[in-house]
Amino acid sequence: MTINEKLDIRAILNDLEHYRPKRRGWVWRNQKPMDLGAFHYVQASASLKNSIPLPSARHLGNIDPQPDATITTEIASGRFEDDIRRMRMAAWHGADHIMVIRTAGQSHMDGLLEGTPQGVGGVPITRKQVRAQRKALDLIEEEVGRPINYHSYVSGVAGPEIAVMFVEEGVNGAHQDPQYNVLYRNINMIRSFVDACESKKIMAFGGLAQIDGAHNANATARDAWKVMPELLVQHAINSRMSEKIGIRPDLICLSTVPPAAPPSPDLKLNLPYALALRELMSKYKMRAQMNTKYMDSSTREATVTHVLNLLISRLTSADIQSTITPDEGRNVPWHVYNIEALDTAKQAMMGMDDLMSMLEFKKDGYLVETKREIQERAILMMEEIIQLGGYFKAVEEGMFVDSGYYPERMGDGIVRKMDGGIGAHSILKRADDYLAPVPAHYGYNNITQYGLKKNQDPSILLGGSTFDHPEWIQYIDELDENDNVNIRLNDTETYRSTTKIKPEVQWLGDGVVTLDLFFPTDSDTAEAAALVVAKNMQLKQAEVIHKEMLHPAEGTRIQLKGVVSFDIDTKDLVLKEKEDLLSDDFIFEYVKNHPIKVIAGTGGSDEHSVGMREVLDIKHGGIEKYGIQYQYLGTSVPIEKFIDAAIETDADVIMISLIISHDDIHYKNMEKLHHYAIEKGVRHKLILLAGGTQVTPELARQYGMDQGFGRGTKGKHVASFIVKRHMAMYEN
Amino acid sequence: MKPRNDDFNERRKHLKSMTDQELKVYFEQLTDQIIDPMLELAQDHTTPAIERSVLMRMGFSSLEAKTLTEKMMEHHLLAHGAGHVVFKYAKTYNIPIREAGMRLMDTSEIMKMVEVFK
Repeated sequence: MTINEKLDIRAILNDLEHYRPKRRGWVWRNQKPMDLGAFHYVQASASLKNSIPLPSARHLGNIDPQPDATITTEIASGRFEDDIRRMRMAAWHGADHIMVIRTAGQSHMDGLLEGTPQGVGGVPITRKQVRAQRKALDLIEEEVGRPINYHSYVSGVAGPEIAVMFVEEGVNGAHQDPQYNVLYRNINMIRSFVDACESKKIMAFGGLAQIDGAHNANATARDAWKVMPELLVQHAINSRMSEKIGIRPDLICLSTVPPAAPPSPDLKLNLPYALALRELMSKYKMRAQMNTKYMDSSTREATVTHVLNLLISRLTSADIQSTITPDEGRNVPWHVYNIEALDTAKQAMMGMDDLMSMLEFKKDGYLVETKREIQERAILMMEEIIQLGGYFKAVEEGMFVDSGYYPERMGDGIVRKMDGGIGAHSILKRADDYLAPVPAHYGYNNITQYGLKKNQDPSILLGGSTFDHPEWIQYIDELDENDNVNIRLNDTETYRSTTKIKPEVQWLGDGVVTLDLFFPTDSDTAEAAALVVAKNMQLKQAEVIHKEMLHPAEGTRIQLKGVVSFDIDTKDLVLKEKEDLLSDDFIFEYVKNHPIKVIAGTGGSDEHSVGMREVLDIKHGGIEKYGIQYQYLGTSVPIEKFIDAAIETDADVIMISLIISHDDIHYKNMEKLHHYAIEKGVRHKLILLAGGTQVTPELARQYGMDQGFGRGTKGKHVASFIVKRHMAMYEN
Repeated sequence: MKPRNDDFNERRKHLKSMTDQELKVYFEQLTDQIIDPMLELAQDHTTPAIERSVLMRMGFSSLEAKTLTEKMMEHHLLAHGAGHVVFKYAKTYNIPIREAGMRLMDTSEIMKMVEVFK
């Protein structure tokens, strides 16, 4: 795979039957302090071989510092083949933990799904889908130079089988928490816990990192901040169970979300809780998730909430920093929002690098008192669970996800019955001769009846298992001939194998575009007006995805999505020309041997000077750095003065900045400069350059300039051009 | 649960004098008291999902594992372990494990194992 080539999805799907993952188990980042550019970072990890830095990095030598925490992104659009492309983009932006959400209802499927049907709100997790994505990530991680952890869910009524498949396929992490099944999926509680023991044992064998499900209480409770004591209890139950079954504590990750979000006083509620949790569960890892509970359709608002969550992570700790896409409040996440969320995490975490070396928490007062109170409330809840006769009885009583702040109870908790729910009555007592001739099996296993000693691996009886004989794995390709990846790929083949493209938000060729509009009206009127805009622009399936009042009468902002029905053929496109730049060393050397003088200034009645200074000054990497001498005439310089000054000082180059573009005044001034140079008989020995935010090179040349420079121009672009031009003029 | 007011100050009296460290130890003790009975329950129970996962580790596909488990459940063989039934069949007839599983898809072969496990 090369950087400038697209991933070939068909090649990934090809010969999947024989693909074996490169490794098993979770990998943490290579954490270390480091120097990058002009800076020293403390909470950092090894840089990537290939990555895309934050936009502002272009002013700082394109450094791309990576935080110490593993960074998660959740990618599950329903079409795993399109998600693979997003995974590659995400990896370049710093994701090394890719989580795939399951399709709606998979937790109630009694058995594994196979093939590649399309999902709803997630992806049907199957062996083929998992293997294809792991295979793609095996390529992608080599491209970025950092191991990527792949993750999904070991829950529902098929947990143990999914766990087996995950170990076989090299999946590196999974959600596993029987309380999730019980409380939110109404799967029978005894079944859930018995299955969970087997699942956890298998995950321990495969070295998978486990993430629990406590964050769901947060998302479900009416007042999320009141559920804090219970969150501690849920974390404790799942973590300690896992540890006793054999998962290493450094692979037991608590899924913790700051429960509150603005406009509630975010830090005052969330910080004491974060401390309470980390103090009680210090031996486990923290998977810091972002708040979704109060998320609305504003991506800006969501981003700010998430940055406050990242502040909590830096004030306390985060071993895995999860990200939530800021568009999750309005649709299944789109490509660009995965990337935005990743950049938000990277930017905020490195921006707050080493924060706690400068701060400490007060030892008395509100923070420690509240922390302690939350812990005591959790302990009181545990006492009552035991007093009621244990966990199952407590669930029957409706103790969990009550909206009261424990011990306060509102009587609205989730009630489940021991003999109720999906999979009730499917639990069997093992017979005395019960045998499971496999590794990673939990509980009673009578292997001695076949001559093995108690602690021997039961799979000796069979000569191994699929875990050490991957060739024993039975690979199923497709089960549904009308709903599979081949059909979907054929439908969109135009956009894969021809020069045609379409705008896209999540699926190849989806054609979805967004419009950002403002109307000087109330919001109902604005919404209706936006739909008319969409209609007149011939957008299909137009839908308002965000509406924000600026004032009840004065104005409303609307964001709208719609689908375009045309294709764009890239072979008909005229691309903006790209200058081949000379190397710094070459420019230095040339200027040393051929001194070049420049006259510079902002022309006409124009007071803008910032852009010009950046292109000139050494401290911004301007042309001065290459040894080019310049004389700066200032702003609002009459056009004639440029030429006169050039003649007077025997300059080689004139650089004129023209920012104001009203009535094309910038091009008129270029023409004037050109003609005046001719009039004075010096045009042939001057290099005339015009720059400005509204300048396009082609038009500048049309109006008599040697070259024009638009937005984003750096000193190097100009220096390189000057040297090339100078060479052409004097060396031939 | 019946609604009740927040009686935290009343309930916490016995916790008040504990140090943070003592509180943490107590928290861990309570956790173990809650989970231990569930870990014990799982020790000597099994489920169709566990048995399917055993068959998968032995080299059966998810579909084969599902069919075999359902048949064994139906004929009350599952408590002996699905893998056990297949293993014993293979030993009895001296055939490979996968072949044993394929044959056991046939109810008449399952019935033979019902006799064996009686």
